[in-house]
Amino acid sequence: MAFVPTPDHEDKLKQILNRYPNKMAACIPVLHLAQQQNGWVSDDVTAWVAETLDLSTAHVFGVATFYSLFNTEPVGQHQVWVCRTLSCALAGSDNILAHCEERLGVQAGHTSADGRVTLRTAECLASCGSGPMMQVDRDYHENLTREKVDVILDRLTGG
Amino acid sequence: MLKRTTHLSARYDVDNGHTLDVYLKDGGYEQAKRALSMERAAIVDEMKAANLRGRGGAGFPMGVKWSFMPEVQPGKPHYLVVNADEGEPGTFKDRTLMEKDPHSTIEGCIIACRAMGAHTAYIYVRDELHLSKDRLWAAIHEAKAKGFLGAKPFGVDYPVEVYVHTGAGAYICGEETALLNSLEGRRGEPRLKPPFPAQSGAFGMPTTVNNLESIAAVPAVMKLGGEAFSKLSTLHEARDGGCRLFGVSGHVNTPGIYECAVGLTLRELIYDLGGGVKGGQLLAVIPGGSSTPLLRPEEIVDAPDEKSPLHKWHGQSVLDVPMGVDTMRALGTMLGTCCAIVLSDKACPVRAMHNLMRFYRHESCGQCTPCREGTGWIERILDRIVAGEAEMEELDRLHEIAGNIMGNTICAFGEGTAMPALGFLRKFRPDFEQFVKTGGTSSTGKLAL
Ligand SMILES: Cc1cc2nc3c(=O)[nH]c(=O)nc-3n(C[C@H](O)[C@H](O)[C@H](O)COP(=O)(O)O)c2cc1C
Ligand code: SF4
Ligand code: FES
Repeated sequence: MAFVPTPDHEDKLKQILNRYPNKMAACIPVLHLAQQQNGWVSDDVTAWVAETLDLSTAHVFGVATFYSLFNTEPVGQHQVWVCRTLSCALAGSDNILAHCEERLGVQAGHTSADGRVTLRTAECLASCGSGPMMQVDRDYHENLTREKVDVILDRLTGG
Repeated sequence: MLKRTTHLSARYDVDNGHTLDVYLKDGGYEQAKRALSMERAAIVDEMKAANLRGRGGAGFPMGVKWSFMPEVQPGKPHYLVVNADEGEPGTFKDRTLMEKDPHSTIEGCIIACRAMGAHTAYIYVRDELHLSKDRLWAAIHEAKAKGFLGAKPFGVDYPVEVYVHTGAGAYICGEETALLNSLEGRRGEPRLKPPFPAQSGAFGMPTTVNNLESIAAVPAVMKLGGEAFSKLSTLHEARDGGCRLFGVSGHVNTPGIYECAVGLTLRELIYDLGGGVKGGQLLAVIPGGSSTPLLRPEEIVDAPDEKSPLHKWHGQSVLDVPMGVDTMRALGTMLGTCCAIVLSDKACPVRAMHNLMRFYRHESCGQCTPCREGTGWIERILDRIVAGEAEMEELDRLHEIAGNIMGNTICAFGEGTAMPALGFLRKFRPDFEQFVKTGGTSSTGKLAL
C-alpha cells in the first residue's frame, strides 16, 4: 500500500525542507519521519521519500541501507539496544545482554515472539561513564543491574 | 596540574541550567551581541590567541582553521557545521554540553558564523541522542523568540539561523567529510581531500566543521579574551590553551566528565578525578577515545633531546605528562577526545582488543580495500585467538595487516584502527603469546570485574 504521511508529518516535512538549500539534504530527516510512522523503511516508504524529494529510489535505498538505524524489515513495538563497546563491556554489558536475551527469549538482532520487543546490540552510545547502559526507544537507561533491567522489561512486555 | 574550571560547565548542576533564563542570568548572549558588531578578522584573532586546539580529536588550532574561510562571494553562502556525532568509543562529553547547557553552543554558533561570513549553522547530532536534540531545538526556539537568531539578531542586519540535523547510526559520519555527505542526504562515505571543506564543503560551499565542544567554548573565549583563555592552560607556551572537558570511564571508582584547565596529567585524571582504579592495579589507559593507542603505567618518558616537547618530563612516568595535543603525540599516542578508558589488571588485554576491533570492523564504510578487508581479517584472527584456535604466526599476521592499513586509506579511520591495534600487539606481546599458547587460560579471560 502506498505510504501516506499523517497531516502532522506533512507539516513537519515542510519545516524540514525549509532548513536546507536543496531537497536531497532532507533525505535522512524525512526517512526518520517516515520510519516513525511506518516502523520500518518499506519499499513504499522508499518510493514516497524518492518522489517527495525528487530523488531516485536507488539513491534513497542506498542511503537507507547505509545507516544502521533505518530498519530494512519490520521490527517490534519497542526497540532495545544494549551497548557492548569497551567501556560498557568493562562495566559488565555482556551480563546485561545475556539477561535481556534470556528474559525475552531471543538472541540479539531478533524480535520477541509476541512482537513487543526487538533486542539489538549497539556500538558506543556516548554514555561510557555510566555503563552498562541500554537505550529503550528514545530513552537511555544507565548504570544497569539485572534488577533494573527486569523492571524495564516488565514494563515493555506488560507482565 | 589539576586545576578545575567552570567556564564550560558552570550550569551543569544548576536547576534548569539548560534554559535561557538561567543562561541570561550568567551573562549569556552578551558575547554574541558584541561579536555581531565586530569585524570578522578581529574575532578570528581572538580565537588564534586562545590557542584552542579542536576538541574533536585531531587538535587542529581553531583560529587558524577559521582563517582559511575565504572572502564571501555573491551566490556562495558559507556554512558552519558543528560536529556532535560523538561516536568515538569512550567519549561522552559533547552530550553533557547539549543536555545541560545547550545555549553556550547556540551562542558559539552565532559568534562563529559572524567570524567566518556564514549565516547558517547545522549542528549534526547522532540520532540516538534524543534528549540532546530536544534541548538544542528548545534552545534555538528560545533564542529565536528573543530575537537572538533570525533575520536581525540583536537588531543587527546579519541573519543567523541554526538548525539541528540528525544522523542515523554510523560512527564514520563523525569524520568531517563523511558528515558533510550525510548532511547533504547521501551515504556517509568520507571524501578525498583536497578539496578541503573551507574551499568546498557543505553543498559545495566554503564550510568549517568544528566539534561541538570547540564551539561551546567560543563564548568563554570571547568573555575572557583569547590570551587569558589560553593562559588557563599550563601548556599555554606550547600553544595548547584553555580549559576543556576530560572524561574517564572503565575501571575507575568515579567515572565521569570533569572540566579542567589543559595540562592535567593522566595520573590526576585516573586517581584524583576518577577516584582511582577499581578492582586492582592499573593495567593500561587508552587516553582519548578508542582510536588512540594505549599507554602502560610502567612506561617512562625517554626524551633527552632538549627540543623534544617531552624533555621536561624526561625520566618520569608517562602518567605524569600533561595531556596536550603535542605531548601525547610525542608519546606515540594521541590526545584524541580527552576521554580516557581505564583497564585494571583484572581485565584481559586480548579481549579488550577484540572488543575494539569488532567495533572497527562493524563501522568501516568499506570504500578502501585495506580498511574494509583489513578490519575484517583483524577481527577474524582475533575471533580465532579468543576461541583458542589460533597459531602463534597469526600474531605476526595481525601486525602485517595493521601495517598495511596505515597510510593507504581515504580517511583517518584507517590509522584510527591500525594504531591502537599495533599498540595492543606491541605493548602486550607476552600476554598475546601466552593467551595463544594456553588457549586463554593464562589470562583472566574477562573484561568486566
Ligand atoms: C573516524 C572518525 C570519526 C570521527 N568522529 C568525530 C566525532 O564523533 N566528533 C567530532 O567532533 N569529530 C570527530 N572526528 C574528527 C572530525 O573529522 C573533525 O576533525 C572534527 O570534527 C573537527 O573539529 P575540531 O577542529 O573542532 O576538533 C572523527 C574523525 C574520524 C577520522
Ligand atoms: S579508511 Fe575505512 S572508513 Fe575511511 S573511507 Fe576508507 S574504508 Fe571508509
Ligand atoms: S561504550 Fe557504551 S556508551 Fe560508550
